[in-house]
Amino acid sequence: MEFFERFAIPHPSPMIYASMVAIALVSIGILVGITYFKKWGYLWHEWFTTVDHKKIGIMYLISALVMLFRGGADAILMRAQLSGPDMKLLDGQHYNEIFTTHGVVMIMFMAMPFIFAFMNLVIPLQIGARDVAFPRLNALSFWLFFAGAMLFNISFVIGGSPDAGWTSYFPLAGNDFSTSVGTNYYMLALQISGIGSLMTGINMMTTILKMRAPGMTLMKMPMFTWSTLIANVIIVFAFPVLTVALLMGTTDRLFGTHFFTTTNGGMDMLWANFFWVWGHPEVYILILPAFGLYSEIISTFSSRNLYGYKSMVGSMVLISLLSFLVWTHHFFTMGQGALTNSIFSITTMAIAVPTGVKIFNWLFTLWKGKIRFTVPMLYSIGFIPLFTIGGVTGVMLAMSAADYQYHNTMFLVAHFHNTIIPGVVFAMLAGLTYYWPKFFGFMLNEKIGKSTFWLLTVGFVLAFFPMYITGLDGQARRMYTYSEATGFGPLNMLSFVGAALMAIGFATIVYNVYYSYKNSPRNIGSDPWDARSLEWATHTPVPEYNFARVPQVFSSEAFWDAKKKGHQLFKGELKDIHMPNNSGVPFIMGIIFFIAGFSFIFAIWIPAVIALIGIFVCMALRSFELDHGRHIHVKEIKEIEAQYEEVQGNEARSHTTTRV
Amino acid sequence: MKELFPAKQVMGFVFSLILTAVALLVYFTDLSFGVGMTILLVTAFIQAFLQLVVFMHAGESKDGKSIYTTIFYGVIIALITVFGTLLILLWDM
Repeated sequence: MEFFERFAIPHPSPMIYASMVAIALVSIGILVGITYFKKWGYLWHEWFTTVDHKKIGIMYLISALVMLFRGGADAILMRAQLSGPDMKLLDGQHYNEIFTTHGVVMIMFMAMPFIFAFMNLVIPLQIGARDVAFPRLNALSFWLFFAGAMLFNISFVIGGSPDAGWTSYFPLAGNDFSTSVGTNYYMLALQISGIGSLMTGINMMTTILKMRAPGMTLMKMPMFTWSTLIANVIIVFAFPVLTVALLMGTTDRLFGTHFFTTTNGGMDMLWANFFWVWGHPEVYILILPAFGLYSEIISTFSSRNLYGYKSMVGSMVLISLLSFLVWTHHFFTMGQGALTNSIFSITTMAIAVPTGVKIFNWLFTLWKGKIRFTVPMLYSIGFIPLFTIGGVTGVMLAMSAADYQYHNTMFLVAHFHNTIIPGVVFAMLAGLTYYWPKFFGFMLNEKIGKSTFWLLTVGFVLAFFPMYITGLDGQARRMYTYSEATGFGPLNMLSFVGAALMAIGFATIVYNVYYSYKNSPRNIGSDPWDARSLEWATHTPVPEYNFARVPQVFSSEAFWDAKKKGHQLFKGELKDIHMPNNSGVPFIMGIIFFIAGFSFIFAIWIPAVIALIGIFVCMALRSFELDHGRHIHVKEIKEIEAQYEEVQGNEARSHTTTRV
Repeated sequence: MKELFPAKQVMGFVFSLILTAVALLVYFTDLSFGVGMTILLVTAFIQAFLQLVVFMHAGESKDGKSIYTTIFYGVIIALITVFGTLLILLWDM
């Protein structure tokens, strides 16, 4: 019995017990359901063992959406707790745990898999490749992310959630001040999913540099491909810092080292320093692919070439370098001198320049365009002014002297939500709506989509703009309650109303998927949006091998030019297609990593060591495995192709397409 | 015969032995901490570069240019991180 006491929750509440029961019931329900409908074989062969980038992308997408609701539940609880003075919904400890998990879940387990979903779904199609460079590594990346995410999510029912903030600053996150295993969960779960992210970074970089269709030079790549390339370069250079920092933090907590302690030669500020050396590039890892999606969407729905292609690329390259030069602005108030703060103030403000270039490029793309106000376009148009406001308040925060006023207030919270929600979340929802037909074969309902957009936008403005005011009035970040005398009550109530509107908005997305699945027509053709780049030049839904013939590219908008100028994308005879084999090893490694992580969190050493050995055994087996992949023969390709309508840009072109 | 003799590799091997010997000297001679660490750092980085160029054949394939670009970029990021950290935590604290 003593052994099991460590798994108990240190600060239980009825809400947590209810979640425990709910989690248990849902898990049992899922297992029983899969068994009842005899879907285990289907799941194993089609999903768990798949190395197909499209299926992995869809799994990332589903995980991201689930995590969006998990993080959103945290958010609505926080806003409810703060909606009036002296509220008793959550106690201080519970509030700490919720703002910590909200941050980690939203950044690491919602935004990251969301961008990885689009990278996986779109990049190979956009560059005319058949898969990513290392398909099995790609599957391993996903399962490591998934293992990390699940590990983090069980924390609130087994052993207690982390409670030191998503930044998990030491010495607060050290054993002296964070006594539960919560912070161990943080360290290990992020470590496991971080390794997955690093592998995706290498994979995507190699894919884009090595596997582009003939004729697609670097400066003819679509903008989303460019933004993905830059984001993955940043991943490769930034994530190792997180890996090392988390390892040091883990050894501090589990093995009594003194990297981040205040005694015995430790340096307590070093964690904050390392965290933001990774953390600032991380925000550009999130925002650049979002910018890429906006570029695709704005140019498609304005029916114009993207304005200033070269300056777009140049500004992204510049952002990627500058992103490594600004990390101190996250802790201007930690005590370093005016010289350091001035340097980092200037580098921070400098980032506004390339970002401004991009904003103007989007505006000039819209200028004189034939704009179609579809749902993805609404998100993109909403993004431009809202994100600019977030950017401007960012420049305010960048001034280190003024930052002493703003730091750790709700002003900061308003600022970064103001960049992340219109910047990243809107982009993800725009991308979701835009690419949905390509992968699922039907469109999402426009009417419901538009109400989602308005609910989210109005909700967003109501939820976060009041925080600028309360922040300037001195409402501190991460305070679980306040007294009536502070006068923060009414504006916080407004925030809560906004948050509730956003919650309804997110719920309408689920309803939209359900409604469209039931009612949307399936004969949408391969190019429902009249789009411009290669991913629309293949069938819908995309066949396993993506393109029957490898496309020949002449411009940065290959598909548009094929449609308008008669470039022929697909020439020559069909050939056998070489494809990778499925493998169960990545999934099994995910499970082993999960076990290893869990054992380390609770310092149960024997299973931890066994699991670590298991990981190395899997890796060794892989290096001795002889797997040359398989071939899809011409006869099969012809059979598959015959099931679809002809796509545009083929030698034998048909001029009929279905448009909406 | 001249083409068969791997002069570059043999020279590289001899040079890396010398570098190792110099690094070892730090342990056996009575140097101050600063001087010792400087010698170790300098020899370590030359050693790593030597291994990369001579024995890991960086620059010999058609990707040579991008390999050096990546290394150069990595070195710059590493230097920024190290010296930025020193500035923040020690020199300007």
